[in-house]
Amino acid sequence: MMKQSLLSVRGIAIAIMLLLLALLPVYSHATGNIFALTLFTRILIYALAAASLNLIMGFGGMMSFGHAAYLGIGGYAVGILAHEGIASGFVQWPVAIAVSALFALVIGALSLRTRGVYFIMITLAFAQMAYYIAAGMARYGGDDGLTIYKRSDFAGLINLSDKVQFYYLCFVLLLAAIYLIYRIVNSRFGMVVQGARSNEKRMQAIGFPTYRYQLTCFVIAGTLCGIAGALLANNTDFVSPAIMYWTRSGDLMVMVILGGMGSLFGPVFGAIVLLVLEELLSQFTEYWQIILGPMLLLIVLFARGGIDGMLGRRTHD
Amino acid sequence: MTDALLQVKNLSKRFGGIVATDDLSLDVRQGELHALIGPNGAGKTTLITQLTGQLTPDSGAVLFAGEDISSLPAYQRSQLGLARSFQITSLFLDMTALDNVALAVQAHAGHSFRFWAPARGEAELRDPARAALARVGLGERMNVRAAAMSHGEHRLIEIAMALAAKPRLLLLDEPMAGLGPEESARMVTLLRELKRDYAVLLVEHDMEAVFALADRITVLVYGRAIATGAPDAIRANEDVKRAYLGEQKAVTRHG
Repeated sequence: MMKQSLLSVRGIAIAIMLLLLALLPVYSHATGNIFALTLFTRILIYALAAASLNLIMGFGGMMSFGHAAYLGIGGYAVGILAHEGIASGFVQWPVAIAVSALFALVIGALSLRTRGVYFIMITLAFAQMAYYIAAGMARYGGDDGLTIYKRSDFAGLINLSDKVQFYYLCFVLLLAAIYLIYRIVNSRFGMVVQGARSNEKRMQAIGFPTYRYQLTCFVIAGTLCGIAGALLANNTDFVSPAIMYWTRSGDLMVMVILGGMGSLFGPVFGAIVLLVLEELLSQFTEYWQIILGPMLLLIVLFARGGIDGMLGRRTHD
Repeated sequence: MTDALLQVKNLSKRFGGIVATDDLSLDVRQGELHALIGPNGAGKTTLITQLTGQLTPDSGAVLFAGEDISSLPAYQRSQLGLARSFQITSLFLDMTALDNVALAVQAHAGHSFRFWAPARGEAELRDPARAALARVGLGERMNVRAAAMSHGEHRLIEIAMALAAKPRLLLLDEPMAGLGPEESARMVTLLRELKRDYAVLLVEHDMEAVFALADRITVLVYGRAIATGAPDAIRANEDVKRAYLGEQKAVTRHG
């Protein structure tokens, strides 16, 4: 996809979007519009989470309905360590990554024994379990959540409390994740995962033990989303069970479908459109979901392939 | 019988009250095209699925190159050199013909836990895939998405994928199903070329093709091998005539 001409409609749209995202802090600084910076920081973090979901859902055909669990796990790893007095990002982030990977390994190992609607249900069930466990952790705020008084400390390397620095950290991590996903899906590993999406039985018949590849993919996606969770906790200085609730997993799925499943930059478009619309509509009416719902329905029904699909055909797959 | 590449020994499989495979024994020798024929529902595809490991037999054994493979999963059998083409076309429709065959090559090129280098740029995968496609006559069409190709071309991709797996034995399940006369003739020519290089177990309804190609034929009725032998012997066999005649009567009566 990256190889195709940059002058295609898609290439231009992606270039413009990235340019605008890169310049947003400049705009925010010039106009004093802090709100835009805050909103788009959140958008970048959700785009990262959606991109990780897209890896398993769009490229791998694994419809995980519990992806927000990793947002919570990454977030709680940061929150709990901060609460216990360990503020160093060099500890918090590796822990967030390791715990999300481990959790994804366990969920994936069990869920991937099922397919179709059972897979959707079992991933949902695991995420709800994580939600209730978090809600039951009285020491860490339970239902009310946990306030983080100090953001992850990277020993002066980067200051997460600085809004602009934090924004660019999110931006760079998002781009790095998309580049990683680009390499993965076009590698041998990626071909296996996409082959299994397309025709799993056939993959096994030609000699691929698909399960272990799908599980690995599931773990990579969960880990990336755990990083988004660590970012999100830092962004809101707060983590609560609500970020693992099933509606949040649904939001991530909507972003992926809206942006275009199996498209590299689709989740970024999806996250921008969904969160900006949510923001705009909620200014007009508190019943904004009544407007947003049908809009999404129309896009899904009439624009197969989401926003990415509207930008023309892709050359590969 | 030391040169038997594939040996099936007393294989049985039941689905409830239906006996799909009934104490079946047969073998495929090196360099032989062994055809498996029989009326609909005789259990031909069921047998193939047990050979490839997608279905577990109730009893009996499958030996490949002298090794008992009865308990190996499908992917390991495939890696030993057992390649199957499907009766019902089963491709990666959203990928190009070349991607389809390259995946079959990749399946036999070590593990695929390689996350960085672009697979579409690897000569190790692409060259054998191109060669296999050229061999079945699809050299010009390899960059077309499988979904946009004809049924006849799908059958050829199936064969190319089986070839790309570096097989020692080809299990071809009705490669001519649904082909027009011209495409069938092309397939017969192709199979005749292939049998020079590979041992083949061919399941086929097209009798003309079977008798033209096979070195030996096994006739399956209700899961049981009622006869095995050279084409001429099978043609003259009374049991076979009865089985096929009986079938035809039944067809006329129902039709």
